[in-house]
Amino acid sequence: MLRLILKRVVNMVPTIAGVALVVFVLFSVIPGSFISSLMDDGRGGMDPAVVERMRRELGLDDPVAVRIVRYLGQLVVGDLGTSFRTREPVTRLIGQRLGASLELTFAAMGFAMLVGIPLGFYAALRPGSLIDTAAMIAAVSGLSLPKFWLGLMLMYLFAEYLHWLPSFGYGGWEHLILPALALGVSPMALLARTTRASVLEVINADFVRTARSKGMSETRVVTWHVARNALLLVLTTVGLQFGALMGQAVVVEKLFSWPGLGGLLVDSVVQRDIPAVQGGILVIVLFFLVINMLVDIAYVVIDPRIRAG
Amino acid sequence: MNPATGDTAVLEISELDIALAGDKGPTQLVDRVGFSIPRGQAFGLVGESGCGKSITALAVMGLLRAPLMRSSGQIMLDGRNIAGASEAEMRKLRGRHVSMIFQEPMTALNPLQPIGRQIAEMFVLHEGATWKEADARAIEALRHVRVPAPERRARDYPHQLSGGMRQRVMIAIALACRPKLLVADEPTTALDVTVQAEIVELMATVCAAQGTAILMISHDLGLVARMCTEIAVMYAGRIVEQGTAGDLLRAPRHPYTQGLIGAVPRLGARAAGGRRKLAEIEGVVPAPASFPGGCRFHPRCSRATGVCHTDVPLAKPRPGGGVVCCHHDG
Repeated sequence: MLRLILKRVVNMVPTIAGVALVVFVLFSVIPGSFISSLMDDGRGGMDPAVVERMRRELGLDDPVAVRIVRYLGQLVVGDLGTSFRTREPVTRLIGQRLGASLELTFAAMGFAMLVGIPLGFYAALRPGSLIDTAAMIAAVSGLSLPKFWLGLMLMYLFAEYLHWLPSFGYGGWEHLILPALALGVSPMALLARTTRASVLEVINADFVRTARSKGMSETRVVTWHVARNALLLVLTTVGLQFGALMGQAVVVEKLFSWPGLGGLLVDSVVQRDIPAVQGGILVIVLFFLVINMLVDIAYVVIDPRIRAG
Repeated sequence: MNPATGDTAVLEISELDIALAGDKGPTQLVDRVGFSIPRGQAFGLVGESGCGKSITALAVMGLLRAPLMRSSGQIMLDGRNIAGASEAEMRKLRGRHVSMIFQEPMTALNPLQPIGRQIAEMFVLHEGATWKEADARAIEALRHVRVPAPERRARDYPHQLSGGMRQRVMIAIALACRPKLLVADEPTTALDVTVQAEIVELMATVCAAQGTAILMISHDLGLVARMCTEIAVMYAGRIVEQGTAGDLLRAPRHPYTQGLIGAVPRLGARAAGGRRKLAEIEGVVPAPASFPGGCRFHPRCSRATGVCHTDVPLAKPRPGGGVVCCHHDG
């Protein structure tokens, strides 16, 4: 088991290096730089000497290749560089915001799993029923609603109209509910659909017929023999959705003024604050990789067929 | 009721109809099927794929699920009519009084549970055993079906076992609570020929030892004949001939039974009869929606005449015991 984890961690290194490389090259190719973004800010023409000095100080004068090697070198020792904007280390910037992002991501995924999986189960056990049809229509709508629109509607209904919850900001649990809902509805819908499909697949399996022929109640058949096998199929979806959620949170965070990585990323992209953007993206990628590693480990724990192989 | 012993049969099916519900009304799959199995005896139900033998087995287990349904008839299990029994009543009988072994041992076991546990479940379900007792008894059950090193094997998962071993596990599960009847639906079809013989022999010995009757379902007449005292041959949802195994094999009366026997390859047959091709029955079993009128076998029968197209042949007693349903018999 330990060997498996180590192997997966080692495998992450080239992925992360690759992502760092792509982001780096992308930002050197697209027009505009941190300095030009400052000038666009309305400060107008800056003294060419100042521009020259800034470029030198920020290291923008060096060829891309040199900058890449320098950046990767820093990365090895866990240094994400210094933000152009705030002149603070990027690790500190991210550290300040990671907590809020994780909180939102976990809340959204928790909601998605707690609602989506039971909903899918329930629908699968009564296929064609009113509840099944309603749940699946809701699931499709949940998948197709844009997050920002859903966020705005939630904000309008619960904050503006009903005054039950604050419309934005960061604080207690009441601030968490609306952004978590806005972010969690689409993975919830997908999980409901996946769970329903897996349960329907497993419930017609031969071993379920065996279980019935043993003379156990349908409840026991479902909880004992169907559930574990069906959840095995759902696990992959959980991993992929969970991993991608932090990246998807950018829009929702911005909408609800949630002090997570999303806000940092958007502002940094606009101002071409390359180190901050790279740091943010790397953290999101790392989160994706870690979650999927955990899912793989869960597979090994649950499924004896993989354990042996 | 057997007048000689005053004992009821363990299974007595009469006038059983099973239909498949559909948009255009029900399609009859099993038509007035009836037979009875005395206690502790092995009974064979033989026929080609699609003749209705497997759903007859499911009906005995009370495992018919919509759109399949029993439209009429009686199923007496151990003296009580289970046709129309509630799901809760059936649940108490299943596994305890009547058990089933399926065709495909590769998929019939839960892949995520050690096999010992899957046997132990029977003792927990039906005999109120604790998991600890049940696990110990599961090892005994494995020993009983001659699985080597049962203590170690009990902790194995299905994927670690061969097809033959898995079928032994299935037998252990089915016979765990010493049921009165074992329904075996093509239990050896998916296995290697050498393993087939072992499994059949094992089933026969263990059942005989604990007095369990067997309803053996197969398309393999030779296999059934070796194991069963009595055989019923089914064609297109009806029983066409029934009799004791030896007699049926020696002197088949129905053209379909004769065809089935002719289609069994035999070692040495060529030496005796020169270069003879293996006989086959022309044509295929019709689909239930297009079962022909009259005798359902007539389109494939060389002896068919006008009456076969119009009238359903009634069961006539055959010389040597049993019944045959053919207009041209005798």
